[in-house]
Formats: sequence, C-alpha cells, structure tokens
Amino acid sequence: MALARTDTSPMFGAGSASTLRMIVYLSMALCLMVVDHRGHYLGRIRQSMHLLIEPAYRIAALPADAARTVRLAISDRSALTTENQRLREALLLAQARLNRMGAVAEQNARLQELLDVQHNLGMGVQLAKLIDIVLDPYRQRITLDAGENQGVQVGQAVLDAYGVMGQVSEVLATTSTAILITDPSHALPVTVERTGLRTIAYGAGTSDRLNLPNIPVSADIKPGDRLVTSGLGGGFPSGFPVGEIRSVAADATGMFAAAIAKPAAALERSGEVLLLRPLADPVGPPTLAESIGPPAPPENVSQPASPKASGIR
Amino acid sequence: MSRPRAQAWLYLASLVLAYLLQLMPLPEPMLPFKPYWLGLVLIYWALEEPDQVGLGRAFIVGLLGDVLHGDLLGEQALRLAVLTFIVFRFRARLRFFPMWQQSLAVFALLLNDRVVALMVRAFSGDPIPPVSFWFAPFAAMLAWPWVFLLFDDLRARLRVHEA
Repeated sequence: MALARTDTSPMFGAGSASTLRMIVYLSMALCLMVVDHRGHYLGRIRQSMHLLIEPAYRIAALPADAARTVRLAISDRSALTTENQRLREALLLAQARLNRMGAVAEQNARLQELLDVQHNLGMGVQLAKLIDIVLDPYRQRITLDAGENQGVQVGQAVLDAYGVMGQVSEVLATTSTAILITDPSHALPVTVERTGLRTIAYGAGTSDRLNLPNIPVSADIKPGDRLVTSGLGGGFPSGFPVGEIRSVAADATGMFAAAIAKPAAALERSGEVLLLRPLADPVGPPTLAESIGPPAPPENVSQPASPKASGIR
Repeated sequence: MSRPRAQAWLYLASLVLAYLLQLMPLPEPMLPFKPYWLGLVLIYWALEEPDQVGLGRAFIVGLLGDVLHGDLLGEQALRLAVLTFIVFRFRARLRFFPMWQQSLAVFALLLNDRVVALMVRAFSGDPIPPVSFWFAPFAAMLAWPWVFLLFDDLRARLRVHEA
C-alpha cells in the first residue's frame, strides 16, 4: 500500500493508482456492498465494535451539546418569559380540564347514589335535573327540567339521595317548580324516628335549618334524633329521612319546646333529584291490620315492630 | 526522521477530525450543507503527500467510515477509492491550479462522488434522494480553500519547528 516515490515522471506521478488496482478495489467494494446488502453484516460489525463507535459518537456530539448549553445559558430573558407564559397557559388549560373531570366524577357518584335510592325505594320515581335555584329567606324554590309533558304533577315529592327535598308546587309544560322543605311557607308532618313522636317541621328560610316549634315540653326529644316523614296528610309517603334534631329549647312563651333540625337532604348541593310518583288513592275497604290475636312468640322479639316498619316502608 | 512522524500524526489527526465532523450532529436546515469532510481531507493528502494515501488506504479509511456511519459496508470505501484514483490521475495538473480552479476541481470531484453514491443507493434499492442531496459539493467547494490553507499552514509550522 505504501507508495513508492516515483517522481521521475511528474505528469504520471501516481504510479500506484494503476487502473488494475483500481479495478481490484472497485470489485472488492462491490462485493462487500452486495454481501452486506444481503446479509446485513455491518450491523453485526457495529455491534461488536460498539465500544469503539459509541465514544466517537459522543465526541462528535460534544460541540452540539456545548452549543446547546451555551444557547441555554445566554438565551435572553424575553424568550424565557414567553416560554413561561406559554407554559402557564397550558397549565391553566390542563387544570381546567382536570377540574371538569373532577366535576364529572362527582356527578357520576351522585347519580349512582340516586340510582341506589331508586332501587331501594322499589316505587315509581323519575329523575329530574335542577335548572334553577332560588334560595332567599322568603322563597326557597328549585326549578326542575321535567314538566307536564314528562308526567309531573303538583304535589309530587322531591327527594335526593339523602332525604326529602320538597314537593312540586307548580307544573309547566317542560319545567316544574318545587318548594323546598326549608321554605318559610312549607310545613311537613314528621315523626321522630326513635320515639314515634309526631310533630310538624316548618321551613326556616335558610337551607340548613328546619323549625319544630310546637313540641310538648314533656316530649322525649333530644339532639341527634332523626326525623322521618310521618306520611300523615298524604303529601309524602312515610319513612323518608327529613333531618336530624340539632338543639331543643323552650320557646318564648315557655309553654312548648322548640327544636331546630338540620335537613337530611343536600339542599344546596344536589344537581339531580328524584320525583316520587304520586301514591294511588286507596280505593275500597282499608286493608286489615296484620297483627291480630295474641302477642307474638318471644323468639320474634322484633316482630311487634314490624307493622310499624312496614307502614313506614 | 521525526518529520515524517509528525506528518503522520497530522495525517491521522486530520482523519480523526474528519470522522468526527462527519458524525457531528447539525441543526436540520444545515444538514444538507455538511461537506464530505473525509473526501476533502483525503483529496488534500492525495494532492500534497501522495505516499501517505494509496488506494488501499483510502479504501480502509472508507471502510472505517462505513462502520462508523452504518449505512452500507463498502459504500464509502468505493467512493473514496474512486475519489483518490481520480485525484491521482490528475494530481500533476491539480497541484498547480490556482486556488479558485482547485476549488472548482474539488467541486467536480465531490459532485462525481455524489453520483457514485447515488448509483450505489439506486442499486441497493433506496429511493431517489431529494434535491438537497446535491448541496453538499457546493459547501465542500466553499470549504476547500480553508481546509487547504489550514493544513498547508500546519505542515509549514511543523517543518519550521523541526528545522
């Protein structure tokens, strides 16, 4: 390979570059290329030589890396500010999307709870969405997206997953208005679940409070008692949770005790409500009372409670 | 005795530098304008120190380039062998060209090199490359005077240093 200096004839000085040798090298190169193209030996050679090749790549990449570092170091403030701004906007967008996802998940959970209620009730219900809410001291109303076309009637009970919300007071073609149990003009016959004491819960004008003004002083009632609908008056079926007694005190005259209760329904949070189908008016003779005859045998200690329980249900 | 050794070191260093420049990543728009450094360096040495470069060495240099580059084994070997062969053929004339003519000659050489590469690609079934494939010889033509002056200067310094 080493070239013998044949400078004797400078015009044809490259004696080593004879055409014959050129042809040999050309054919060698062609053979190599064909073989490599067929068998992909170059990949294998590169793999066995990666210890040598990789540093070459590393070193070759050094100037580019250095250039990038330098550019990063001296990239001007405005570019950074712009980028910062852009990232901020992106973050905001992502945050909004995330919040929306959270809202959807929450709605999902609520709907599932409502579905559970629907299953447990075993009676005809209809789902409706809130489209407007009025919560002020004189009017506590909600507007629902179901109306006469959907079969809503005045007087239907409105429930959510946790308890009684109110009743339908006005029906339009596709919307209806319900008066909440906390409306000052609303009164709801209730029973104290623990003792069976019947009383009436009036709306107080704020969505977290019910007034029970006319309780006999001697009545057994204390904070923590749960209130359920009594079913008297026919507006509501019995046994739905209404609220929980928070405090009991003597009223201004001292003749009665007055209690304050907290509504069980999530009046300020619900987005979907259930409309209870009106109960069919009892036709014909009243059904016979179930428990006739001697008291139940002692092994069914809970049996005496069952008529009441079934009545509530 | 030490002069040829220093020369050989310079030769090796230039080749290593050419390999690295060949592998160096560039921004996307500049990529088509990357001259064929290996070819440029070999042209220089073939013109100035023909006993450093033979067809065989050019071939081996090309093989190593192929291994580093990883396209097709033998492609660069073929191209560099052809390049060196042509330089040797016209060496006597090329050496005494003025710079601008030399640059044009380098342009023609590397354009020919491109044609050879295109032939190899066509035979191995690659698609026809875009127009930017042909930009590199222009860049090489512009780079040639600087390469030539740099290496001439370096060699002169070595000579002075050893003298």
